[in-house]
Amino acid sequence: MVMHKNKHNETIKAEAKNLNFFYADGTQALKGVTLPIYENKITALIGPSGCGKSTFLRSFNRMHDLYPGNKYEGEIILYPDNTNILSKKVDPIEVRMRISMVFQKPNPFPKSIFENVAYGLRVRGESNKRVLDDKVEEALKGASLWNEVKDRLEDLAFNLSGGQQQRLCIARALATDPEIMLFDEPTSALDPIATMNIEELMSELKKKLSILIVTHNMQQAARISDYTAYMYLGELVEHDDTNKIFTNPSKKETEDYITGKFG
Amino acid sequence: MNTSVMPQTIISTRLAKNFRRNIMERMIEFALLCSAAFAVFVTCAIVYVLVSEAIPFFQHVSIYDFLTDTVWTPNYSIKHYGIMALISGTLTTTFIALIVAVPLGTITAIYLSEFASHKVRETAKPILELLVGVPTVVFGYFALMLVTPLLQKIYPDLPLFNMLGAGIVMGIMIVPYIASLAEDSMRAVPMAMREGAYAMGATRFQTAIRVITPAAISGIIAAYILAISRAVGETMIVAIAAGQQPTFTFNPIEGAATITSYIVSVALGDLEHGGIGYQSIFAAGLTLLIMTLLLNILGHMIRKKYRERY
Repeated sequence: MVMHKNKHNETIKAEAKNLNFFYADGTQALKGVTLPIYENKITALIGPSGCGKSTFLRSFNRMHDLYPGNKYEGEIILYPDNTNILSKKVDPIEVRMRISMVFQKPNPFPKSIFENVAYGLRVRGESNKRVLDDKVEEALKGASLWNEVKDRLEDLAFNLSGGQQQRLCIARALATDPEIMLFDEPTSALDPIATMNIEELMSELKKKLSILIVTHNMQQAARISDYTAYMYLGELVEHDDTNKIFTNPSKKETEDYITGKFG
Repeated sequence: MNTSVMPQTIISTRLAKNFRRNIMERMIEFALLCSAAFAVFVTCAIVYVLVSEAIPFFQHVSIYDFLTDTVWTPNYSIKHYGIMALISGTLTTTFIALIVAVPLGTITAIYLSEFASHKVRETAKPILELLVGVPTVVFGYFALMLVTPLLQKIYPDLPLFNMLGAGIVMGIMIVPYIASLAEDSMRAVPMAMREGAYAMGATRFQTAIRVITPAAISGIIAAYILAISRAVGETMIVAIAAGQQPTFTFNPIEGAATITSYIVSVALGDLEHGGIGYQSIFAAGLTLLIMTLLLNILGHMIRKKYRERY
């Protein structure tokens, strides 16, 4: 099998190639974006509101398919399959089974804590109680929520605090053993302590999977990510090591944005 | 004496209370209060009339007999006033209506909310709601002239007046209530919830059944309760198609009178004004009111229990 690697010998997990995206009203939200996602690394997408970073993220699990009229052009290749996940022949449900997503606002289902985490497994047809029990416990531990909820798994998920709800959503996404996790501003609705918990969690999670995160918070990108991509008006301006981007960006626009002169 | 004079507080004319605006506000407030009070007043008046006319009735007939006797014969020489004979008809026709309307209405709502394209929904919903505007007398003859003859082809011994046909048509009548209200509450579920389910790899059907329906359950139950109230109070369909013979039976292939169809038959003039038979319609009306009230309280409790929280 051909491994796709960069100069640091890191494996490419997925790669957007010349990706264009058009909303139903004809607006072009992405313009020829080419960006690799490395295995066991965190890639952060930064840029001002409306720059297309969320649109880019949501292309990875075909979320745009839910709204009629949206159109992708170009490719997102998932490795090691070497398959374009945007292809019409690819089942978006299969894509979502392997690439899970955590949203900006915690969106637990109106179900118990247990059922929220078990949801993805049930959708995949798993009904064996013991398997579900094990997987749910594993996922909740993985999201460092287990100790807080182990005695009240049958409680309604809405009874949890905002930070706990977001970790529940992470556990939910984790339960199905995804290869890539997408985070769409996962801490923007949370307080600093809950934010710190989630950031620590992501650093832990990247040992098992690859992470793509959209964030408005540049300190967050600097703290947790290995790679950072700066986007502006639907285009990728610069993509490099996070250290390089934040200390010595090669483009003037990137520097202006991260130093706060703009955006 | 040492009196200190407080400086006169001077209010700038621009900040002074605007009396004209104040009076307008008060008048509007009063008009709103009157409108709200009117509905309350009418309800109280109805309750007053029902109770005051039912009291002399209950001086003749004990509440115990009223509730336990199963024969209702105000027109016969041996008079019986057992409301159960009417309640059985009401409950049976309502139950049949719900068997038809709950699945049909819910499925329609799920389709319109989660599967139909925008265009289909915008076309189908107004047409569906048009059904609400069909006069119930039309539905009554629809039951008597079309549905019952069709049922008789399947089951030839079915009498012309039966609760089955009336109940089925009543069910068709309340489908749009359930579909429309349930669809509203399903549409109100935030898109984030749907995206969450889809992001987990759920299909449209799995999302609709396992996430959206539970999230909208309080609105859906409210729709059912409204539909039940509507069925319990429905008059013309049962008066026309279910027969008007008070019979204590829960067998849908028999004909029977409901509380409402009894009241309407009395209104047609079979009983003298002021007699006990006449007063009996108020006792029946009061029973109907209490039944509807209990349903509303039940609906309120269920809604509180399963209140939407997303």
